[in-house]
Amino acid sequence: MNREGSPWTGLGPVFGKEFADQLGSARMRILEILVLVAAIGAVYVASQKMRATISESPIAFLQLFTTAEQPLPSFVSFLGFFVPLMAVSLGFDAVNGELSRGTLGRVLAQPIYRDALLMGKFLAALAMLALVLVGLWLVTTGFGILVLGLPPGGEEVGRGLLFLLLTLFYAGVWLSLALLFSLLFRQPSASAMVGLGVWIFFALLWPIFSQYLAQAITGPAYFEDLQVHQAELATMIARVSPSTLYAEAVQVILHPSVRSLGPVFYSQLDRALVGSPLPLIESLSLVWPQTVALLSGSCLLFALAYVVFQRREIRA
Amino acid sequence: MNAPVIRTRGLAKRYGNKLAVDGLDLEVREGEVFGLLGPNGSGKTTTILMLLGLTEPSAGEIQVLGLDPRLRPISVKRRVAYLPDTVGYYDDNTGRENLRYTARLNGRTSTDVEAGIERALARMGLAEVIDRRVATYSRGMRQRLGLAEIVLRAPRIAILDEPTVGLDPAGAQEFLEMVLALKHEGMSVLLSSHYLHQVQAICDRVGLFSRGRMVLHGTVDELASQVLGASCRVHLEAQGDGLAAALRTVPGVGRVAAESASRWLVEADKDVRSALVRAAIDAGAQIRGVQMERPGLDEVYANYFRSQFAGAAT
Repeated sequence: MNREGSPWTGLGPVFGKEFADQLGSARMRILEILVLVAAIGAVYVASQKMRATISESPIAFLQLFTTAEQPLPSFVSFLGFFVPLMAVSLGFDAVNGELSRGTLGRVLAQPIYRDALLMGKFLAALAMLALVLVGLWLVTTGFGILVLGLPPGGEEVGRGLLFLLLTLFYAGVWLSLALLFSLLFRQPSASAMVGLGVWIFFALLWPIFSQYLAQAITGPAYFEDLQVHQAELATMIARVSPSTLYAEAVQVILHPSVRSLGPVFYSQLDRALVGSPLPLIESLSLVWPQTVALLSGSCLLFALAYVVFQRREIRA
Repeated sequence: MNAPVIRTRGLAKRYGNKLAVDGLDLEVREGEVFGLLGPNGSGKTTTILMLLGLTEPSAGEIQVLGLDPRLRPISVKRRVAYLPDTVGYYDDNTGRENLRYTARLNGRTSTDVEAGIERALARMGLAEVIDRRVATYSRGMRQRLGLAEIVLRAPRIAILDEPTVGLDPAGAQEFLEMVLALKHEGMSVLLSSHYLHQVQAICDRVGLFSRGRMVLHGTVDELASQVLGASCRVHLEAQGDGLAAALRTVPGVGRVAAESASRWLVEADKDVRSALVRAAIDAGAQIRGVQMERPGLDEVYANYFRSQFAGAAT
C-alpha cells in the first residue's frame, strides 16, 4: 500500500519553528553559558600549563584540548560529559511535551506526515548542537591562538574538524535516545529523569562495571594470556557505552602519537618508533570502528523512535 | 438532498479487547452541521481521528470527499480542518506565530498569508491580542483562535471536537454563532459534543452515540418523535365539559392528559395548535392560553437510555 505524497512535506516549517524555539529558550541559554565558562576555564588552565613545554611539541595546538590540570579536567573530558546533558535537555520533551500541551493532535491534523514532525525535531536539535559546538570550537581555537601565540597547522585544523564531527555523532546518539524516551514516557519529567539516569550510568558507572563484568565472565585470571583476555573483554564491554567510544575516538584523533587502543604487547613494540605521530588518515582508520558505531547507534535509536512514533495512538 | 461529504460503512475500531467504535454508518451531507452527540467515551473522538487518517480503523470503509483517509491522508487533511477537544497552542508564541506555523505546514508561505492571519484573527475578535503570547489567552480566546485557524485554512469540512467544553454560556453561544457563520459560507461542519442543549440549536442533523454505536440519527424533531412518540407538546389552558374527547379527535394528536382541572397536555407529531383551539371552541370551551413546547435533545437522550436500561433490566 503506497502512501501518497512525500514524507518530507512540512519538514522545513517544523525545522524552522523548532530551531527558533530552541534558540530562544531559557534552558539552552543556561547550558550555553555553563559550557562556555567550563570550556574556557579548561582551555585557559591547559594553556598555562603548556607554556613551559610548547616548543617541544609538534602538535602543541591539539594539546590545548586534551591537557588537564588539577582540579579541572581537559576540554575533551568536559565535552564528553556535557554534550549528553545538552542533547538530553534538547530532546527529552520533544514529543511528550507536544502531547501534554495538546498541540500534537492539532499539528498532525495538518497535511503533513508524522515523519516530517519527528525528523524536523531531530534535525533542529542536531543543528542547534552543531551551532553550539562550532561556536565553542571557534572560541577555544581563537582563544588558543591568542594565549599560545601560534596558529594551528593544516593537519591540526583537520584533526580539530574531525573532533568536531565525532562530537556531533556522539551528540546524535544521545539526542536519538532522548527522542526515544520522549516517546516511551508520557510525562516529560519522567523521560528527563530516565535520560539523565542513562547518561550518569554510562558516563560514570559503566567503565567500572565493565571491569567487574569481565572478571565475573572469565573467572580468576591466573595466567598472563587469561589476564590479556580479561582486559580485552573489559574493553569490549566498556565500548557498549557511547561515552567510551567517544573518548577512545577523540583520544586517537587528537593525539597523533596514539597507535593502538587496548592492551599492547612488548613484542608488538619491537622496532616501532614509539611516540612518532601517525598521519591523519592512519589515525582515522584506527578509530573508524568507533566512528561508525557512534553514527550507526544514532541511526538505530532514531529508527526505533520512528517506529514507536508511527505506531503510537495520538489520543491524549 | 445534498451529496454526502463524509460516509462510513461498518466502521470499527478495537483497542485491545474494547470495541471503541462498533459498525458505524455515518453520513454527513454537504453544507450541513452534523452533531455527534453522546457521553464521554462513547467513541466520538475515535471516529473523528479515523476520519482524518490519524488512527487506523480495525474494519470498515471511509470516504471523506470521495477519498479514503487511509490511502490519501494528506489530500484529506488538506481539505478537512480539525479542532481537537483538548486543543493546545505553543504558549510562548503569539497568536500570530501559532497561525503562521499552521499556514506554513499547509504549504502557504507567500506574503498574503500575513494578511489572511490578521483577517482571520480580527474576525474572531482577537485583533487586539494578535501579538500577545497565547499563554495569556483565556479559554474562550483559545477556542476562537482554533476557529481562526479554520477560517485561515478555508477547508471544505471543519471537524470540531467538544468545542464548547469549559466555555461560559455566553461564550459558548457566541462560539456556536461563529460556527453557524462558517456553515453559511458553505462549509460542512461535524461537531461532537455532550452538551446536547447547546448543540441542538445549530445542528441540522444529529447522531446519538452510545458505546461505540450510533443508536439514533436524524433531525432533532425526528428523534423526538422516534423516542418520545411526539415531536411537540401543547399545553392548553381551557375549561369546558368533554374537552378531552374533543381534543383526541384532532388529527395527529397522540396522548391527551389533564395536568390540572383547566390545563391539558396534548402530545402530537406536528404543530396542532390551531386545530386544537378550533376543536376546543367547537366543544364550547373557554380558551385562556396555548403554549407549544418542543422537546429538547436532553429529554430525547434521557428517555432513550431510560428505555434501553429498562429493556436491559427486564
